[in-house]
Amino acid sequence: MLDAAFFHRWMTTVTALVDREAERLTELDSAIGDADHGSNLRRGFTAVSAALEKEPQQTPGAVLALAGRQLISTVGGASGPLYGTLLRRTGKALGDAPAVTADELAQALGTGVAAVAQLGGARAGDKTMLDALLPAVDALGTSFAAGREAALAGAEATVPLQARKGRASYLGERSIGHQDPGAASAALLMAALADTEDTAGGAA
Amino acid sequence: MRMLINVPETVVADALRGIAAAHPELTVDVENRVVVRRDAPVAGKVALVSGGGSGHEPLHAGFVGPGMLSAACPGEVFTSPVPDQMVRAAAAVDSGEGVLFVVKNYTGDVLNFEMAAELADEEGVRVAQVLVDDDIAVSDSLYTAGRRGTGATLFVEKIAGAAADEGAPLDRVAALARRVNESSRSFGVALSSVTTPAKGSPTFDLPAGELELGVGIHGEPGRERRAMMTSGEIADYAVNAVLDDLRPGGPVLVLVNGMGSTPLLELYGFNAEVQRVLAERGVVAARTLVGNYVTSLDMAGCSVTLCQADEELVRLWDAPVQTPALRWGR
Repeated sequence: MLDAAFFHRWMTTVTALVDREAERLTELDSAIGDADHGSNLRRGFTAVSAALEKEPQQTPGAVLALAGRQLISTVGGASGPLYGTLLRRTGKALGDAPAVTADELAQALGTGVAAVAQLGGARAGDKTMLDALLPAVDALGTSFAAGREAALAGAEATVPLQARKGRASYLGERSIGHQDPGAASAALLMAALADTEDTAGGAA
Repeated sequence: MRMLINVPETVVADALRGIAAAHPELTVDVENRVVVRRDAPVAGKVALVSGGGSGHEPLHAGFVGPGMLSAACPGEVFTSPVPDQMVRAAAAVDSGEGVLFVVKNYTGDVLNFEMAAELADEEGVRVAQVLVDDDIAVSDSLYTAGRRGTGATLFVEKIAGAAADEGAPLDRVAALARRVNESSRSFGVALSSVTTPAKGSPTFDLPAGELELGVGIHGEPGRERRAMMTSGEIADYAVNAVLDDLRPGGPVLVLVNGMGSTPLLELYGFNAEVQRVLAERGVVAARTLVGNYVTSLDMAGCSVTLCQADEELVRLWDAPVQTPALRWGR
């Protein structure tokens, strides 16, 4: 079972990964966006970790809800509302259970990802974070490691796509040949989940 | 890249402290990033709140004051503000007559303002929104995020602000703002890339001797790249593109806008060419504004915005305005 401490560690791990990869995310964003994805997400997740440190939450749902609220309040851009909604809605779907199974998390993430798709009006293949999240959610049923691999593959598969949503859509065909920064950061979120499980010694 | 900054992380806060020092008629909340006219809320008047990424100065904080915006929410550089800023701004300026959010059509701005509108509504503030999407360089289709909001933002904020100043109710101010947007079209040209403080090197690579036609205010690429053109050739391309889309049946308001590092000498020269093209097409320029108003940090280049204006719009355009960046009639 995954308890609040596990979710707290997941968020801390994402914060560290985003911090480490911020420059790469910004570099990807400068190719087809406006060169701020890394610095924006770093600011957001730093705030998430600080908030969880200050107000430790008792349930997995509460950890993700607090994290989502922090992202909405600090990131800005499209990533703030989209990542914020992802975590908030996933947390809401987990309810107030003190611990959840890996399957329950996978299901709840499916709800969160659906909310992201609705908010942003994007679908698979539009060259957005969904191209990493959708395959990851499907693969999580197998294992968190499979989720990590699926997200990474999904992010890499955005390279040949033409962007249809967000600022990259203004480039039209010129967006082809670049990895979507949102899909790349979504892959970090899933990688952090698998990393957290590894350090927990397979607690799931 | 040499920039007049301390560190990239504090550029927005540093600028806000500077605005506060220069403009005591504004209340600047540096920590929460909200700029409010000091006499807000103004009793009996609809309030206007706008916001968006920083890096487009004087948009939007430079347009806060009597006759225009009640408050502005600057985000990080080229990043939309967060809902907390807009809710705070709305609460600070609402006199009970409601608040109009002026939103430029970018995914981030739209999402954050939508969340803010919901939250403000829960706090009992009546909110209406106008979405500005005037940039004809982007095709508005199911397959893009829609046309970008650029220079028309200034027309919308000035004219809706004047109507609010006259005491028009919220639905009327909002309808007028939408009419101004629907009557406006823009086209932008880049002669150099923009450099954001966070990245510190040019966002895109524009080889010497080339220009980018149809560029956005964040350096988003536009329609095409060409070998450098003369001011007259650029005016032919840009003004004709706007006129072909807008097809005005009367006089227009003209904004010849600099992107940040094109000097006024060049902008005025460009305006002469813009006026020539308008005259050739038989379009009367009712009013013309030339300057750096909707900028893109250090980008060289310009944009042209035309707004088809009837008597009412011209009257509201001429109405007194008193803000850091735009002031006349008082």
